[in-house]
Parts: sequence; C-alpha cells; structure tokens
Amino acid sequence: MFKWFGKVNFSPYTKVADFAQFLKDGYLMGTKCKKCGAKSFPPRADCGVCMHDEFEFIELTGAGTLHTYTKIEAAPTGFETLAPYIVGLIDLDDIPCRLLAWIGDTIKEDEIKIGMKVQVVPKVFDELENIKVYYCLEKPGTTWGKTKSS
Amino acid sequence: MSKVGIIGIGHGVFGRRSDATVQELAFEAFRSALKDAGIERKDLDASVIGSVPEYHKQRSLPGVVTEYLGLQPKPTWLTEVACASGSAAMRTGWMAIKSGAHNIVAIIGCQKMTELETPEILALMGRVGEVQWESIYGTTFPGYYALFAHRHMHEFGTTHDQMLQVAVKNHFYGAKNKYAFFQKEITLEKARDSETVASPLQVFDCCVNADGAACVILATEDHAKALCKNKPIVWLDGMASATASMSVLRRPNLYSIPSAELAGAQAYEMAGVKPSDINVAEVHDCFTIAEIMAYENLGFCKKGEGGKFIQERQSYIGGKTPVNVDGGLKAKGHPIGATGVSMTAEITKQLRGEAGERQVPNARIGLTHNVGGIGQYTFVQILRRD
Repeated sequence: MFKWFGKVNFSPYTKVADFAQFLKDGYLMGTKCKKCGAKSFPPRADCGVCMHDEFEFIELTGAGTLHTYTKIEAAPTGFETLAPYIVGLIDLDDIPCRLLAWIGDTIKEDEIKIGMKVQVVPKVFDELENIKVYYCLEKPGTTWGKTKSS
Repeated sequence: MSKVGIIGIGHGVFGRRSDATVQELAFEAFRSALKDAGIERKDLDASVIGSVPEYHKQRSLPGVVTEYLGLQPKPTWLTEVACASGSAAMRTGWMAIKSGAHNIVAIIGCQKMTELETPEILALMGRVGEVQWESIYGTTFPGYYALFAHRHMHEFGTTHDQMLQVAVKNHFYGAKNKYAFFQKEITLEKARDSETVASPLQVFDCCVNADGAACVILATEDHAKALCKNKPIVWLDGMASATASMSVLRRPNLYSIPSAELAGAQAYEMAGVKPSDINVAEVHDCFTIAEIMAYENLGFCKKGEGGKFIQERQSYIGGKTPVNVDGGLKAKGHPIGATGVSMTAEITKQLRGEAGERQVPNARIGLTHNVGGIGQYTFVQILRRD
C-alpha cells in the first residue's frame, strides 16, 4: 500500500510497496540484494550494483547526521497549509546512504546545525482520514511504538 | 571532420509575455535569426525545438511552431532535459550537421511559463527531484539549491551576502540588455530585504520564471564560409554534456554539481583551451549559489573560492572571467526551453563584438554552461571566433 506514503503521494505503485506497511508498524526499512548483499536506502527492488532482481527488507536504526537543510517558506501545490517547514537531508549511520525528511517538533529551529545527530521516527498523519504515513527527523533518544506483527 | 559554425542569431524580449502564444514568441526570435544569417526559410534542412512540454496546454510543440514559422515539410524534433532543453537542442542540431545528415539547421528555444500560477510551477519544478522519496516532503526547486547553499556555506565559509552579490552583478548587466525581463539595477540592501523563499535563499537569490524565445542557426564549415562574407563566424569548438543522479540522496556531495565539472573538463579538452582562456561566459544562475558553484565547477576559481570570486568582482567586465554580462537567468529571466539557446546567442554576440555597452573587449573565446534540474544534466559549449 505505497499510496499510504506521504501527505501527497505521486507514485502509488512500486515493487517496494511493503515499505509503507513496515513504516505504519513503526519500522524504517532499507533493502538488501539477495545476491551481492548491497544495501540501499531508499529501498530498491533491483540491485544497482549487480543488477540482480531479488531483494529483502532490512531494518535500519534510523540514526543519522544532518548533512544540510532548508526552511521552505514558498510551498508547492498540496503543501501550502504545512508551510513553513524545514527539510533536512541526513547521512544514515547504518549504511552509506542519505534520507530526506521534515525536521520534527523535538528539534527547535535555533538548534539546527549541520553535523548534528538526529533520529528518523516513523509517523502517521493523525488529522487525515485515510492512512498516510511518513518519517520525520527528531532528537536522538526519541521513542515511538512498534507493532510486533512486522 | 568539418567544423560547425553559427551563421545567425535571434532573440525575443523575455518577460511576462501575456501578449503572445509560444509560437508567436518563437517567430520573433526565428525571424531575427534568419535575417541575421541572410538566408531564407527554404535554405534550412531541419529545425530543433528546445522546450519543456509540461508548461504548455499545446501538445507536441514542434508541430505548431514549425507550422507557424512555415518550416514544413522539413524535419523537426523536440529536446527535453528540464532547464537545459535549449542546449540539448543545440547539441542534437550540431550532431545532425556533424553526421552529414543536414547542412543548415535552425535551433529554436521557446517557452511560455507564466500561464501557470507560481505554486503550480513550484510543484512542477520540485518534481525534478525524485517524486517517490523526496517530493512527498514538499521539496521545491529553490529548496534543492538551498540545500546546496547551506552545505557550501558550511564547507567553505561562503556567506549569503556573497550570493546576493551575484544578483547585484546580474541586475547591473540586465539593466543594459534590452531583451531582459528586469532592466533595473538593485542594491545589496534591497536584495537583503527581500522575503525568504527557502532559507538561506531569498527572492533576490532566485531567477524569474519567464516567457521567451531565442534562435541560433547552425551550418557546416563550407556553408558558413560561403554565407558569412560580411561578419565573423563563431565556431562550436567544444560541445560536451554529462549527467548526475536524479536524487540528492545519491550525490557525492552537496556543494558541487558533478555533471558540470565533467562536461566542463570535456569541453575544454575538445576545444583545446583552459579555463583562463575563456574571455566571457554565460553560466546557469537559476539561483545565486548556482553561479558560485559554476565558477568553481568550470575552473574559473578554485573549489570553495566562488564566494570570494564574486566579492572581488572577478566576474564583472574587467575581472578574470566576466560572467552573465547580459543579466543571466536572474535578470534576463529564465524561460527554461529558451535559456540555453539564449546563452549561445549572447556569446555569439560578444565574440562578434556586437554587445554594445556590455561588450567584453576583444572577446575571442566564450563558454556557455546550461544546467538541467539540479545538475542531472549539464551542457557546456566553447565557442571561438576566427
């Protein structure tokens, strides 16, 4: 159900669709190639290294380091009511990959600094009727619930 | 292998052109180029249209443009690589001549952007990032370059004031360009006072969406020599292009555009020149930080010294490498499909000595640097006058 991912979703169908179910259950997942073992975030179905087409999901801790950021004041269609929002780009600690997300409420704007440690936290848009999941950058040590079924 | 020369250039007024359709804009630039070349429509073997289709209600632009311009039944095609679509048209036109398929080809960059509202344009342009993992966070085009700006500041100590000095320079020269959207100088204080779009970038860090068209006519060496009896021929000596990852998640760093470094190096090698040989350059200043990175990526200064380069006025006429002395995207406006062709037309004008009060004295070798998206595509051309 990849259409769950994001407030506005532009690509509802993908071979890594289970990512959204995992996220809803509280797990941030990357992928691992079943042949060469190359790890990816964002998840990818087809290996960029050896071109093998079988993968498995792997759980990531979501610990990372802020690489750069911006506070977006002029928002595009579909995001006007959320503006202004701060987008952070981080380097993940687990694997040499990056992730982009909003900086959440636990980090104050004047605390934001390139190089700071952050925690990726799975979230659900409470105010929306349909299921909408995403992830956010919060202070290290922030906790959240996980569903055992995943 | 025979060289490819520029025999004609044409440029329309860039701006909010509520008076014209996209084919009418194309007509303005095309008619001027034809007159400049001293040829007739029947002399053309083909036309290439550089444009980004999403902005137009009209589908399949080459058909409507070539019909309005009276270029049928000769072949035509469209090139699209976001903001570098014009230079992609230049490249395929150059390839068509190099291959021997055609002798004389018209390159027409044309774009109508202002029929869409700004949030729609922000949404469209933001989706030049990866929609699956990035656009869901409301990323915008200024937002992407803002990510580069903050990292460049962190890495090299570049200041936001240095970025705004790029805007001051480009408005200074835009004021001297009758085709520019903003023909008005600005002060640093005025730039500092503008609203924030995506921190640290403010309104005056951003180029303006515009409507407009530009045209360049290319010919084989033999045809160029036969046709350009009374004016200098400008030759395409270096034609390079490179790509980089769609997503910022997979870029080697966030303070440089790797496709620009690669295309720049290839163009210098092909033309047999080095950065210090460039007398005048047109670079892709969609945002002020982009011009600073361009100085570095093209070797006009060392990596990390782009901020200093503008602060010391090295990109003004009289400095080491005059850059965007027609106003750049910032003041001239950025009708995305037309921009690359406009750059080539401007450098041609400079190399012919026809740039009037913004002429770089004795310019013989020039460069264009046209970036698509956030550097997913870069085209670098090196032009030389005989």
